[in-house]
Amino acid sequence: MLKKLASTPYVLWMAIFVVVPLGMMIYFAFTTADGSFTLDNMLQIGKYTSIFLKSINLAVIATLICFLLAFPAGYLLSRMKTRRQNMMLLLIMLPMWMNFLLRTYAWMTLLENEGLINHFLELLGIGPLSMINTQGAVVLGMVYNFLPFMILPLYSVMAKIDPSLFEAAADLGCNPMLSIWKVLIPLSRPGIISGITMVFVPSVSTFIISRMLGGGQNMLIGDLIEKQFIGSSYNPYTGSAMSLVLMVLMILVMAAIGSFEDDEMEGIVV
Amino acid sequence: MNTEKLLELKNITLSYDGDKILDNVSLYIRDKEFVTLLGPSGCGKTTTLRIIGGFSFADEGDVLFEGKRINDLPAYQRPINTVFQRYALFPHLNVYDNVAFGLKLKKLDKKEIDQRVRKMLEIVNLKGFERRRITKLSGGQQQRVAIARALVNHPKILLLDEPLGALDLKLRKEMQIELKNIQRELGITFIYVTHDQEEALTMSDIIVVMKDGEIQQIGTPQDIYNEPKNAFVADFIGESNIFDGTMIHDRLVSFAGQEFDCVDEGFGENQPVDVVIRPEDLVLTAPGQGLVSGEVTSVIFKGVHYEIIVRANGLDWMIQTTRSANVGDRVGITLTPDDIHIMNRIFKPFESTLQGKVVGENRISFMGVEFEREDLNLPEGTPVTLTIGPDDISIVSIDHSDLTVYLESMVYKGAYNEMIVWAKDEDGVYQSLLIHSMNDEQIATDIGIKFDFDRIRIAVQEEG
Repeated sequence: MLKKLASTPYVLWMAIFVVVPLGMMIYFAFTTADGSFTLDNMLQIGKYTSIFLKSINLAVIATLICFLLAFPAGYLLSRMKTRRQNMMLLLIMLPMWMNFLLRTYAWMTLLENEGLINHFLELLGIGPLSMINTQGAVVLGMVYNFLPFMILPLYSVMAKIDPSLFEAAADLGCNPMLSIWKVLIPLSRPGIISGITMVFVPSVSTFIISRMLGGGQNMLIGDLIEKQFIGSSYNPYTGSAMSLVLMVLMILVMAAIGSFEDDEMEGIVV
Repeated sequence: MNTEKLLELKNITLSYDGDKILDNVSLYIRDKEFVTLLGPSGCGKTTTLRIIGGFSFADEGDVLFEGKRINDLPAYQRPINTVFQRYALFPHLNVYDNVAFGLKLKKLDKKEIDQRVRKMLEIVNLKGFERRRITKLSGGQQQRVAIARALVNHPKILLLDEPLGALDLKLRKEMQIELKNIQRELGITFIYVTHDQEEALTMSDIIVVMKDGEIQQIGTPQDIYNEPKNAFVADFIGESNIFDGTMIHDRLVSFAGQEFDCVDEGFGENQPVDVVIRPEDLVLTAPGQGLVSGEVTSVIFKGVHYEIIVRANGLDWMIQTTRSANVGDRVGITLTPDDIHIMNRIFKPFESTLQGKVVGENRISFMGVEFEREDLNLPEGTPVTLTIGPDDISIVSIDHSDLTVYLESMVYKGAYNEMIVWAKDEDGVYQSLLIHSMNDEQIATDIGIKFDFDRIRIAVQEEG
């Protein structure tokens, strides 16, 4: 009884701020301005296929780079002495305490045609390179901002792996590369999955990074949706339809990744 | 038995953070032997095993396998497999895949892998558990999987690091017998690490007794039990009466205030020695008829025998006998000369000597401790030798101590615990001190000691 009572505020909260908006989004996605049912909103999205593909493409690249950077980092971190571990964790998290916009602005000034990096390159006699307003800059922004979300889950899973398992693998004939493949990766799988989720989802739906670092040419789904709600082309119906499609897409991707996590993982503390 | 040396360690030395973990360890192991490394925790036995397995590397010395130096050979290239202390089974694989892990790496034929894995699971009594998840197994079953996973590779040597430590007593006894059978059946050399002397005596062909990174004795279980090399080994293996004695000359020893005939020779004349007598060798007699007489102070029934403590000549004598006695009985104790085992003392003299210096009027400093002595009348800077009796040092809490020391060993000597402690002097060199105390302390830990300064004897060092 008490349990039920105690959960009421949470249930209410979820209902008001999760279920209701979700319902509204679905409702708007299938209605016209005068309130009648339509599939037009959905059908119109076809026009934006290339933007969807580009968003997914950049998010996949950013996630992959994050993974390649974070996997060794997470492993090294998990094998450090506790004191150094805490220091390094602090350093990794420190940028996250700075404002997101500020960090991205900093990259803008660095990457500009007249920016710091180009000034430096000039001294070396290279360049100037045009870096700002490219897809590369957008990916860089994503990697920079979301990398800690890949490192932290990988680190926390790897830190729980008993070091004697690596000795056992070596004992049975695994060279260091094989140990990574046969022991470290399978045992890190829960961390890999949550890391990918935590980088891919915000990357695919970001709008601020693409706008600040990608200029006008690199519009992503996030920018597109934002435009439907703010600005001259106000159209919450198409906006809702886009959000709905994006959501379904992400659910599908996550389900696909999750299906790799077969029941063999059962019993591992995540 | 094969006399060929399969594995040899030569003068292995290993330090960690300035502490010597292994000090000049040398031993060899013959093919198909069951060798046990035995010793208290922190004695270096696990480190020795890790060096053989290729998980730790010696600072100095050589590891030879079939005569070839394998110091730098990584673990995955050694024909050696290990059963780890906490099994280290792969939690993401089931029983079958854990056991097949090593064979799959060798890229063997699928059919052969299957055959060998199934046969090995049969040997360790785990038939039918192939698809079982590791986490769903009991401790004993995990243990068997770990053994199967190592043995299925047909290693030349199997290393076992306290493999039965986590099991309850009954299961442990069963596994001891099972392990010994497996070893005989497959003819594989086992190197087994344990701190349990009974386990070592039951299973081994050869026992290596270790303490503080040094080998104390190597021998068959019978050798080690019947002819322990020093009081530490005697105390560690089985029960013993250990007394301070003086070897008067060959075949005559004095202890407990009396002289006894014995069979040992070659200890010199009037030399301090340890006298060890096994409690099952002592025989109770009527009072006055034995070599010594005393009073029974404790009787404990141990199932097969009684353990009786008799206070005689100021010492506690432990006797194991099937005859009972009552507390307070007057009894005699008799023994024959070959029941007395004479051993070199770990700490040779009966007293500690340390170097000190006069640091002021009537003040002496040694090992960072200063004390006053009236009418010293020695000029400042004079080097002095200090002699401290074992009863003139008492054990106190570290907060109230003159000096914090490391308790290296502790042996009950019938009336007191003989402790050997280590402390760093001003030059950073470890010095040993001998203490007699009624306290029981944990060995291999730091304790505090206090000196009875008035009883320290001071002698001026000869200019040399």
